[in-house]
Formats: sequence, structure tokens, C-alpha cells
Amino acid sequence: MCGIIGVIDRRRKCMDGTGIKAALSMMNERGSGEGAGYVAYGIYPEYKDFYALHVFFDNIRENKGALDTLLERWGTIVHDEQIKTYEQPNIRKVHTPWRYFFRPDRSLMPKSTTPDEDIVTHLVMTVNAEKNGTLIFSSGKNLGVFKAAGWPEEVADFYRIQDYKGYLWLAHNRYPTNTPGWWGGAHPFNLLDWSVVHNGEITSYGTNRRYIESYGYKCTMYTDTEVVAYLVDLLIRKHGLSEKMAVRALAPPFWEEIDRMPAKEQELNRAIRLTYGPALMNGPFAICVANADSLVGFTDRIKLRPLVTGEHGDRLYISSEEAAIRTMEPDVANITMPKAGEPVIGRVVA
Amino acid sequence: MASVHIDARGLHYTPLNQQIRAAVAGGATEIVIDHVLGQRFIGDGLRGDGVTITVNGVPGGDLGMFMSGPTIIVNGNADHAPGNTMDSGTIVIHGSAGDAVAHSMRGGRVFVRDNIGYRGGIHMKQYMEKRPILVIGGAARAFLGEYMAGGLLVVLGLDGSSPISERGLGSGIHGGEIFVRGGVEEKYLGVGARQLAATDAGKKTIEPVLRDFARAFGIDAGPLLTSEYTRITPASARPFANKYTWE
Amino acid sequence: MSIGSVPFKFRVSVDPEQCMVCGRCIENCSYGVFSKENERIKVNSRNCVACHRCLAFCPRDAIDIAEKPTDYRSHPVWTRDVREAIFNQAKTGKIILSGMGNAHPYPIIFDQLVLDACQVTNPSIDPLREPMEMRTYLGKKPAALSLKEFPNGDVELLTKLTPNLQIETPIMIGHMSYGAISLNAQTALAKAVSHVGTFMGTGEGGLHESLYPYQKHMIVQVASGRFGVDINYLERGAAIEIKIGQGAKPGIGGHLPGEKVCADVSCTRMIPEGSDAISPAPHHDIYSIEDLKQLVRSLKEATEWKKPVFVKIAAVHNVAAIAAGIARSSADAVVVDGFRGGTGAAPRVFRDHVGIPIEAAIASVDAKLRQQRIRNEVSLIASGGIRESADIAKAIALGADAVYIGTSALVAMGCRVCGTCYRGQCAWGIATQKPELTQRLDPETASVQVANLIHAWTDELAELMGAAGINSIESLRGNRDRLRGYMLDESLMQVLDVKSVGA
Repeated sequence: MCGIIGVIDRRRKCMDGTGIKAALSMMNERGSGEGAGYVAYGIYPEYKDFYALHVFFDNIRENKGALDTLLERWGTIVHDEQIKTYEQPNIRKVHTPWRYFFRPDRSLMPKSTTPDEDIVTHLVMTVNAEKNGTLIFSSGKNLGVFKAAGWPEEVADFYRIQDYKGYLWLAHNRYPTNTPGWWGGAHPFNLLDWSVVHNGEITSYGTNRRYIESYGYKCTMYTDTEVVAYLVDLLIRKHGLSEKMAVRALAPPFWEEIDRMPAKEQELNRAIRLTYGPALMNGPFAICVANADSLVGFTDRIKLRPLVTGEHGDRLYISSEEAAIRTMEPDVANITMPKAGEPVIGRVVA
Repeated sequence: MASVHIDARGLHYTPLNQQIRAAVAGGATEIVIDHVLGQRFIGDGLRGDGVTITVNGVPGGDLGMFMSGPTIIVNGNADHAPGNTMDSGTIVIHGSAGDAVAHSMRGGRVFVRDNIGYRGGIHMKQYMEKRPILVIGGAARAFLGEYMAGGLLVVLGLDGSSPISERGLGSGIHGGEIFVRGGVEEKYLGVGARQLAATDAGKKTIEPVLRDFARAFGIDAGPLLTSEYTRITPASARPFANKYTWE
Repeated sequence: MSIGSVPFKFRVSVDPEQCMVCGRCIENCSYGVFSKENERIKVNSRNCVACHRCLAFCPRDAIDIAEKPTDYRSHPVWTRDVREAIFNQAKTGKIILSGMGNAHPYPIIFDQLVLDACQVTNPSIDPLREPMEMRTYLGKKPAALSLKEFPNGDVELLTKLTPNLQIETPIMIGHMSYGAISLNAQTALAKAVSHVGTFMGTGEGGLHESLYPYQKHMIVQVASGRFGVDINYLERGAAIEIKIGQGAKPGIGGHLPGEKVCADVSCTRMIPEGSDAISPAPHHDIYSIEDLKQLVRSLKEATEWKKPVFVKIAAVHNVAAIAAGIARSSADAVVVDGFRGGTGAAPRVFRDHVGIPIEAAIASVDAKLRQQRIRNEVSLIASGGIRESADIAKAIALGADAVYIGTSALVAMGCRVCGTCYRGQCAWGIATQKPELTQRLDPETASVQVANLIHAWTDELAELMGAAGINSIESLRGNRDRLRGYMLDESLMQVLDVKSVGA
């Protein structure tokens, strides 16, 4: 069930979507043709200071006016346009994808230390919770999610992702169990800067969701993966943890391991588990999380899903299968299998 | 005699108690705390026979709670429940105190020079040699000695007012005794309490307590010893035994 | 005699073919059912409470006990219980005293919740082979951690954590005081919890000297009567629990009758022998929520902030808001005792009619705390009517951190739930202080049985978690997605925040 792949160029050298499309399609045995998606960072350099909102409208005439009004109430729409799509025989275009470049009015969130992010998060949560024919599925700066119900190559061609150039890509080949055929249910899931692709099923979803919702996030996608994006946003952006410590919280060591650690480490890890117990993710998963500066891959604590990494030059690749990486980069080196619960982190240097 | 001064101005009760504990641990027998204003729990759970703590100011609630041994002298009024569940030791209040004074106190003494609020001496209890004593120089409000299970409670009405002029005296009392200087109107007696004029023998038993009280406040014990007293005791040691039938 | 005799509650019969007149039934029955007459066992059924002591010790299986052998005219409204209560009160004019938990036939919500298991989309985890974490920490948790990370990979923890209790199973034993139960019974429980790595409550009866060796596993209770409470007692406990209320009798206090206050009990409670130990309602220093905070803090201050302080309340209608208030009081855990909670003695009208079920209480408390973003401020302990491991799994999935068991631990020691604890005649030596009865309970054997029960339930819980693809108990906590309601009405499912079976 599901195949994932991610790549980051540490020097922000851009790649177009051709390679990742091929890599993702290579893993079609892992999917079912009912969902695929891509996210690319660095694709909107001319609008890089504005939040790029990617939106699915069920119906332009009925839904778009309301969103325009809401956005204007919270800031300025710098530019908006339909996302170009190209008809594919097997993709039923049930939504109209749209993009906005949006500048929030931070004076409207005076008490916040991160007013821009909080406004955008608020808008995403509110709009998506209303389920009114409008879904904001991508909301970061200089990045965009492209997803739909279909096979990876069809979705890629639908958006012509080969026309986009990014230094960091994530892609996902879906075998849905919860919401087949729903575009919103396809990965990547994104909030602000964070994007997530996920293979597996989070058995602790009910606990994680209730935890994250008590912080004002709203899980609206009927699937477990979105909770990862929100948990990462909470732990890293709001609580200020590093990627490494955030992953420690999400997939912590076992108590018996902690009990054997030196005192200081024991104290730290116990504190992490006590504090972030409700954020612990259980069940099988392999996850790639990205933001503008990094790509992080990790698996569940007992390694129930596959994850392979490789390197080539400035690029770090993370995927469900080595073959997918090799499809993108035949000369990849340092193929390794990360340990359960331990993050692999690729960070930009430039 | 090692003496320690603590300035409590603006000090939270936790560091204040830490300083008191440190002083006791360091062998101080005389601790004077100035500028006390509202700090609760002074001497809470403190052990230390022979230690005297002088509190200058108005302490907050639960003064000397769970205390075991020390003497606390308050130059000012005390708030809610001084002597709460106190084990042993002495609290002397040169002023008045709030509600629930000596609540569930199981040993030691609380002397209040002036008046106390409602439910004074509630559920005081005694065991073996531990017999709590609460003496009030002025008057007590309603429900004095409510649910009292043991110990001694004395109300003196020294300021000339009637020591008891409200309801519920000894309501639910099932142990211990209450002495009221002068008479008590029957209507003020609570459920399960009964009153009798104190006998000379009865008065004799509280004489040492009255002398100590007088000494603590520098007053003449004479009039206290010669006064008439009313003694309130439980009508039954098991006031509620007859209330139930088996399923 | 205008009412006359009412029918027996139980009819005891002795099979003369089997009986060898050994007299063990006579020795064992503390209610005077059996006597010997003309080399035969004579039976007085009226005295029988169905404690099964005789039956358990009859070497020939000769004894049989039948409930309600005589029929009344059946009637859906005027039940037998209702009629008999009226007879009783017409005769005595008194409040009816009862024992054990709620005996009214309300539907049990636990029995209308079903658990989940994995199939295909994720793997179940086999606890026999794979790690399964049952460890829980009870107490306050920070809302967030503040860490300082150094380039060399070192991480410094800047947040200071307050003391928590570490338990290796989410099962603890609730508060049953020495007085309510015998010292042998308490000793058995103490040995069991020490062995298993969990905790038990002292109840409001002080801590008997002989239990000091187990004090690291004791939660000492401070209730309205303050019996046995002094600074030594507070310092001995691993944690302190303020008892505000009890599920079996919310809103009222408790009376330990003088006849149960023997020399030893009197010493532990610090009251004179033979006197009634009256725990009033309420605490006389708590008439409002800020007073609770004051008591919590007075206990912490007395023990120099080294002990977690729990607050136990009965599950009443507004339990969620009350618990949220408690969470703000510096308390480290809230214990919610549902209306099925047991008791040695409670007025029947309270036991059967006051309070709400633990399932709904836990669900609403957990939801309220999350809503107010203070779920981390307190742990949530569920008690009252936990009968099997499935109940524990469901309670945790509804939001509890751990559970207290009471009656089930007594049953593990032999209790047959006859519900006459208040008479002090317990033939099993559990709810009595009579030396000839208490000596029947061997603390050693009984402790093994209690430990066995906790082990078995913990294993079952691990299996249930594994089947649900969960290998750490914190991922079960509040995971209501793994529950479904079966024949529960819509409004209750909303309270429980669970979907219907099939949904």
C-alpha cells in the first residue's frame, strides 16, 4: 500500500518533474491508480514572498466568490489564476484547481508572534472544515502540491509537472483504503511550509487527532496522514524542536531502551515521552516530511514499512524502494536503510 | 539560642517555608518573620520541638497545618483554619482568626486572644495522649465544635460579649468537650449536643489550660478560674448509629 | 406483625445423601445459617447472605444455595426489591444501608462498546514477540518542552518535570481503608501491588505500621475525616490522594461504625477504640474550588513538593467542569469514580440512584480537558465498575490514563459480592475486623491471587492493543476511533465521541 519518494538538492539546484514522475510510476505495483501527487519547492520564485494557496473548487461559480471574499478580509490576493491542467483519458476532472498568491494582513492577528502563519493556518482550517466545495490543499511559500485521483504518470501529465522546477520534491503513489477517488485524500498533505507523504496506517490516529485538535488544528481530510503535517508544525514551528527531536517525539525509543541510557539522556527521553505521549505515532509507517530547508524521512518504531535512502552529489533521496531512486538517478550511492524511528535528515546548505 | 530573622515582604510561601525549614535544620530555635502578609501554610508539616516562630503581620490560611512540635506566635490576626490537622505544638494568636480554626486538629494547642469565625474546632479528635485544645478569648460564631470527635474547646467571652450567640454549638459532637464561660441558651445547641453546668471537678480539669492561656496573653487568670462554665458533651458517642437499617 | 415475614432471600439446602456432617459449614458460616441437630445439619436460610463460604468449604459439594426461592406476583413496576424495601422501611423508619456497587439494572455502557482489531491495512502486533509498552506515568506533564540543542548533538533539557508515578500496568488498586477491610486484606493487596509494580490506595484509615515496608507502592488518602493523617503518613506515601467523593455515595460522607474500630484500627486512624469514625461531607476546609487548591497546595507544601497529589471525585452530572477546575488546582491527577463504584456501606438510595456511569464521565472529562488545552495538567484515573480487561481497554480508549480496581481485587481474594460488608461479618475475612474471621485470609495466598489477576488482565490488555496494531499504551489513550458503539443512542455516542458499529 502506497509508495513514496522524496529528493532534496542541498544547494537548491532545481530539477524538473520528469525524474520524479518516472520514479513514482516505477512503483505502480504499490498503488491502485486512485491517487497520486507531487509537491515541489522553489517553483514560484517570482512570488516567493507570498503564500501560494492551491485550491480545489467543486464549482468555480458557486465556491470561488466566497473564498475571494474571505481572503480579502484577511489580507491581499496578489495574484490568482487557474492552475493549468491537460486532459487525461482516465482523470475525471471533478475539481477545478486554482492558485492564489496571498499576503496576509498581520495587523489582524496582533497577539501572535507568528501572525502570517497563524492567519494562513486559520484560513486553511476554517475553509476545509466547512466542506463547502472549497479545499485548500497547499498553503506554503514558493511551493505547490499537485495531486488528483489517478496513476502517477496521469496525474503528472494532468498538471504537466515536468514544466515545474524545484529543488525539493516529494511524491506519493496511493493505494487508498479510506477515501478512494477523493482528490483531497491524495498525498502530499501540506500546511504552510510542511509537506508530508506517508506509507502505512497510523493506528494511534484517534489519539493524535484529538491531541492536535486541542491546539486548534482541524483534521478534515478523512485520512491519518494530515495529522503528521500538523504534528510536525506544532512540534517544530510552535514548540521550537529540531527535526531530530520532533521525530524523537513522534517515534520515540522504547522504555527499555530509555531505562538503559545514561542518566541525562534518560531524563531527556523520558521528558519527551511524558510530554509528547499523545503525539507518539503508532502502527506501520514510513514518512517523508519536507519544509523549505529540509527533507526528513523516518519509519515507525518497529520498522513495519520500508524506507531506503541514497545520495548523489548534493542530492539526498528517500524512497520506499531503491529501484525508484535508481530510476531517477542511476548513479546513486550510499544506499542505506535507516534504523526504525531514527530520522534521516537532508538540509540545504545554500 | 540560635535566632534567625526572615523578612517575608513580597515573599511567596514556598521559599518562605524553605527558609524556615533551613533555619530549623540549622539548629535555630527562635525564628522571627517580619512583614508577613497573606502567606499561607506557614509552618506547614514542620517538625521541631522547642522551635518558636514569631509571625509579625497577618498570615494566610492553614497556618501550622500538619505541624508537629513548633510554637507559632502571631502578632496580628490569622486567616482561615490555623492549626488545620495539626499534630502537636502551639499556635498563639494575638488577635482574631477566620473560619474553621483548628479543623481536624489532633494534638497541640491553639490559643486565640480575640474572636474566631464559623465552625471553629470542627472535627477535632483525640487519641491516647494526643488531645487537641482550642481556647478562644472572645466569641465564636456558629457551628462551633461541629462534628467534634475529641479534645477540648473553651470559649471565654472576655471582651464582655456573649461567647456563644449563634446556632449549631457542638452539632454532631461525638467526642470531646466544650466549655463555655457563663451560660448557653438551649436554642444554640446543635444536634446531638447536651449541656450541663460545669462541676467544680470539671472546672478543675481545665484550670491548667486557663492558666496557660492567661500567661500567653499576659492577663490575669483569676477571673477565669472563678467564673461559672457550661460544659457541652455528646449525647452519644455514636450519634448516627441508629439511623440505618440493613438492606 | 401486620407485615409479617417476607420470603427468604436465599434458600440453603443440604443434600443429605452427600453430607457427612463434618460441620465445616457450621464453622465457616459467620451468619449463623448452620447448626447441628440430631447428627444432621440444620439450616436457617433466613440468615444466609449467599457469601458461599459454606459451599466453598464443603468437602462433598453437598450445599446448594438458590436465590429468591419464593415468587411474588410478578410486576414490572412493583418489583420484589421495591416491595421489600417498603416493608423494611415501614417496619424500621430508617435509611436502608447497602454494600458493594450500584445494584440497579441500568444498561452497562462498557458492554455496548466494542474494540477494534487490524486486518490487512496494518499489521497486528504480537506481544509475545514484539515489544509492548504498558508503562504509564501519572502526574502533570509539561505542555511543551524547552530544549537547548548543541552542534555536537548534545541536548539539554530546560523544562523541569514535576514528580510522576511510574506504573508498569495501567491497573491500580483503589482506596479501601483498614477498617473497611481487614489488615490481612490490605496486606495482601500491598504485597500484590509491590510485586506487580503498581500502586494501591490506603483509603481513609491511615497506614498501619505493618504496611510500612510497602509504602513506596501506597497512595495515602486524605479525606474529610482526616483519619490517620499526620506529616509522617503524608511523607510515607508515594502520592497523596484527596478524597472528595465516592461513586457509591456521591455527596455524602461515610461512617465507620464503632464496632469496626478495634484497637488496631483505632491506632491507625488515631481515634479512640469503639468510637464511630465519621467522615463528614464535605471537607470542612473545602467549600469552594479555590479551597481545594489550598488543600492541594498545603499537602504539597507539607511534603516539599515531592509528591504528586491526586483528587478523587464521584462522577456526577457536571463532572467535566469540576475536573477541569481540579486540573487548575495544582493537582496531578483526577480520579473519577463512576456510579458503579463499590463501598463497604452506603445508603441504598445513593448507591443506586446518584451519579453517572464512569464511561460517560471519562469521555466528557477527557474531552473537556482537551478543549481547554489542559489535558496535560492532570492524569485521569477511572474507577468504579471495572470488571475485566476489556473494560480497562475501553476506559483508556475513552481517555483514562489508568484505572483503579476495587471489587475485582476483593473477588480475587475470595469475595463473592454478597454485598453485606457493612455488617462486619465477612466470612472471607475481608470486610471484617473480627480476629476469628480475619485470620481466615492468608495475605500470602491472597496476594498471589490478586497479582495473578493483574498479570492476567495486563496480558489481555497487551493482546488487545497488539491486535489493534498499537504497541504503546499512550496510543490507546483517548483513541476513541478504535471503539464503536453497539446499540447506543445517538446522544450518548456524541458524549462518548464514538461512531456506531458499521460506521
